[in-house]
Amino acid sequence: MFKILEKHTIAPKVDMMVIDAPHIAGHAKAGNFVVLRINEKGERIPLTIADSDKRKGTITLLFQKVGKTTEALGMLKPGNKIRDIAGPLGHATPIEKFGHCVLVGGGIGSATLYPILKALKDAGNKITVILGARTKDLLVWEDKFREYADEMLITTDDGSSGRKGFVTEALKETIEKKTVAVVIAVGPLRMMKAVSELTKPYGVKTIVSLNPVMVEGTGMCGACRVNIGGKTRFACTDGPEFDGHEVDFKELENRLKFYKEEEAQALHLFLTKKKIQVTSNE
Amino acid sequence: MRFRNPEKRKKDFKEVSLGLTEKQALKEALSCLQCKKPRCIDGCPVEIDIPKFISFVKEKDYLGGLRKIREYNNLPSVCGRVCPQETQCQGNCIKGKKGRPVAIGALERFVADYEMVLGETETPEVQSANGHKVAVIGSGPAGLTVAADLAKLGYDITVFEALHEAGGVLLYGIPEFRLPKKIVQREIEYVKRLGVKMIVNWVIGRTKTIDELIEEGFETIFIGVGAGAPRYLGIPGENLNNVYFASEFLTRVNLMKAHRFPLYDTPVKKAGRVAVVGGGNVAMDSARTALRLGAEEVSIIYRRTETEMPSRHEEVENAKEEGITFHFLSNPKEITGDDRGWVQSIRCERMRLSEPDESGRRRPESTGEEFVIEVDQVIMAIGQRSNPILVRSISGLNLWGDGYIVADRDGKTNLERIFAGGDITTGAATVISAMGAGKRAARSIDNFIMGRGEPLSQPPEPVQSQSKH
Ligand SMILES: Cc1cc2nc3c(=O)[nH]c(=O)nc-3n(C[C@H](O)[C@H](O)[C@H](O)COP(=O)(O)OP(=O)(O)OC[C@H]3O[C@@H](n4cnc5c(N)ncnc54)[C@H](O)[C@@H]3O)c2cc1C
Ligand SMILES: Cc1cc2nc3c(=O)[nH]c(=O)nc-3n(C[C@H](O)[C@H](O)[C@H](O)COP(=O)(O)OP(=O)(O)OC[C@H]3O[C@@H](n4cnc5c(N)ncnc54)[C@H](O)[C@@H]3O)c2cc1C
Ligand code: SF4
Ligand code: SF4
Ligand code: FES
Repeated sequence: MFKILEKHTIAPKVDMMVIDAPHIAGHAKAGNFVVLRINEKGERIPLTIADSDKRKGTITLLFQKVGKTTEALGMLKPGNKIRDIAGPLGHATPIEKFGHCVLVGGGIGSATLYPILKALKDAGNKITVILGARTKDLLVWEDKFREYADEMLITTDDGSSGRKGFVTEALKETIEKKTVAVVIAVGPLRMMKAVSELTKPYGVKTIVSLNPVMVEGTGMCGACRVNIGGKTRFACTDGPEFDGHEVDFKELENRLKFYKEEEAQALHLFLTKKKIQVTSNE
Repeated sequence: MRFRNPEKRKKDFKEVSLGLTEKQALKEALSCLQCKKPRCIDGCPVEIDIPKFISFVKEKDYLGGLRKIREYNNLPSVCGRVCPQETQCQGNCIKGKKGRPVAIGALERFVADYEMVLGETETPEVQSANGHKVAVIGSGPAGLTVAADLAKLGYDITVFEALHEAGGVLLYGIPEFRLPKKIVQREIEYVKRLGVKMIVNWVIGRTKTIDELIEEGFETIFIGVGAGAPRYLGIPGENLNNVYFASEFLTRVNLMKAHRFPLYDTPVKKAGRVAVVGGGNVAMDSARTALRLGAEEVSIIYRRTETEMPSRHEEVENAKEEGITFHFLSNPKEITGDDRGWVQSIRCERMRLSEPDESGRRRPESTGEEFVIEVDQVIMAIGQRSNPILVRSISGLNLWGDGYIVADRDGKTNLERIFAGGDITTGAATVISAMGAGKRAARSIDNFIMGRGEPLSQPPEPVQSQSKH
């Protein structure tokens, strides 16, 4: 059992949780994730470790409430417990002195760029952060990013904060103005696809973090398989980060629709019947 | 042995085989010749004194029989159910030469179930604590055996399991209708009662490294992480929606209880027409699970003939009775999808068996002829690979093949404190061979810690893989 120490809502439908998990915090690196299961009947879902504190023995998770499990997670309070958490899983983001790095975050994906930003900064890189969201309220952790970023560019679809438009436009200008060594993009699949397509002709190395459906997260089931340069790879053990220029985004987009009906059914049952199993965890 | 009616059983997940009645068990026991040189024992990887345990059954001393088995085997109710007896103990039984061998497996199951009905399990004597700490990685049959055997000798044992529940393949691979999970849980409770600490959700190599465990005072480490990673053919269409790797399909149902969605949160896709590729236990289990989820037509596609099928004989019979059809000498070439990216059909080539090669094996070769089966779901069950995480994390460990650990018969690896056994050293094999490896490793760990073993002079030879598909 893993105790929730803090919980805040940081944007509409986006919650943050600090959880007591000393042995996971001990090895957590930027880019790693955990797999958690709320209770006995729960599904195992992957969430990125958005921050960790070895001294306090805590990990921080940020999640967007998109379905039954994340909605249920959002109903938990400090003091409640999560039944199972396993990690840290997945390869850590390669951290070295690249030169000028551009981090592109979309929606909640931005937050998971935070530990990467810190680590890259500590390794002596110059960093431009481009954060995009539909609207101002959906921008997360902007202030935390400002502490480390050398340059911050904000874009919103409706122009409510920063410039109006998509992250790709800001990215294009940056690439054309500066010598960019690497672009790391985390966010909605379409955004990562657009970023990868944009950087390809410029030959700028682009890393994206893929989010296929996972089951156990340790390379034993193949649920998370993705097509990278024509080869089948498992996102949980070979990724989740891959070369954006090699990813078959179309296939992944399709695979993410596999359980649409079941997801809708589970969420509907949960929200209408309010069968809140989570209370048993107090 | 009694089986439930195929028409009824294929609609639920309850156990298919009902075991022996007392009368049948006594009859089987009486049929054993109590051979002076019992060949059956040679066929059992843990060398259970079979005639001896059967003699207890004859006397109606069922618990005595069970006690005898437990001297060799910590998981009798499991092995009685899932051992490929026809190639092991029963395959060697003298009575099989002319007629039918003694139903050793069924008898083993009978005595174990007898105790279960009584309720209490005997806890064997545990020697007083000797203060030595051993870590066991993986809670499958290999790990559970090492843990139990060393705990009985007074060792302080901690088992680390990556998943949220212990049991390995017994839990997430072999389905409920063949091995009820309450039996697995019972066996695990038994191991815990010996004083073994079971820690779940720890992925060794990530949550903790082997070096850290050693620093924390574990004197030796036993690795029994299994070969659970799926193999796949690499043919076009393998990533279409509704193509499952058997490991995922079975894990969803067995571990996550997806057949009870939405009561349980994890879904699994139910389909009308299902094709399963492969000929081993994993393929049979997948096909029969698909049937129980409500499929109307389930077929198995296998590239050799029925004779070469590595699956337990009983399961093939059960599958046939339940209406599963077989395409032998068939090899998938491509899975095709509709315009939404979902499975539509599978194209196969017809094979024939070649003349035996030097190894005596008749390999399948293409005839050039092809056929197409219209299906909604394809399940790939063509074999397993080593579980990667831990193995990749240990530097200097000798490996063979697809990342299997090189270990000798006693479980010794080339690294002094590290022992290994089960599927991670042999490739996908059997429950009982994993247990056998666990037994030998426990003995050799005991020798090592007590200073009775001779140091390793040279790295051991690889153990040959028993896997085939
Ligand atoms: C390595 C990895 C790291 C992740 N990190 C985070 C994170 O830090 N924060 C966060 O909010 N989410 C993260 N995700 C996504 C998260 O796992 C899913 O949102 C979650 O599984 C949804 O579960 P649910 O039951 O609430 O919703 P479901 O009902 O299962 O799904 C609801 C909707 O979400 C989408 N979805 C389902 N599964 C996934 C998935 N695995 N990835 C993306 N979308 C999905 C589907 O389109 C679906 O319609 C990560 C995914 C991966 C693979
Ligand atoms: C579907 C199916 C049906 C089968 N049917 C039969 C049958 O009828 N008869 C038979 O004899 N055999 C059968 N087998 C084969 C048999 O189950 C295996 O040979 C046996 O379970 C191997 O045991 P093991 O202890 O080596 O590993 P496993 O049972 O695979 O257990 C390994 C355990 O280690 C854990 N682990 C992995 N990595 C880590 C890590 N880094 N840290 C911590 N834990 C970790 C895994 O989660 C797992 O629980 C079947 C296999 C399958 C898949
Ligand atoms: S353990 Fe398996 S092989 Fe050995 S006697 Fe029992 S059923 Fe036969
Ligand atoms: S070989 Fe058969 S008949 Fe002989 S002791 Fe063994 S089980 Fe009995
Ligand atoms: S989630 Fe099972 S292999 Fe990646």
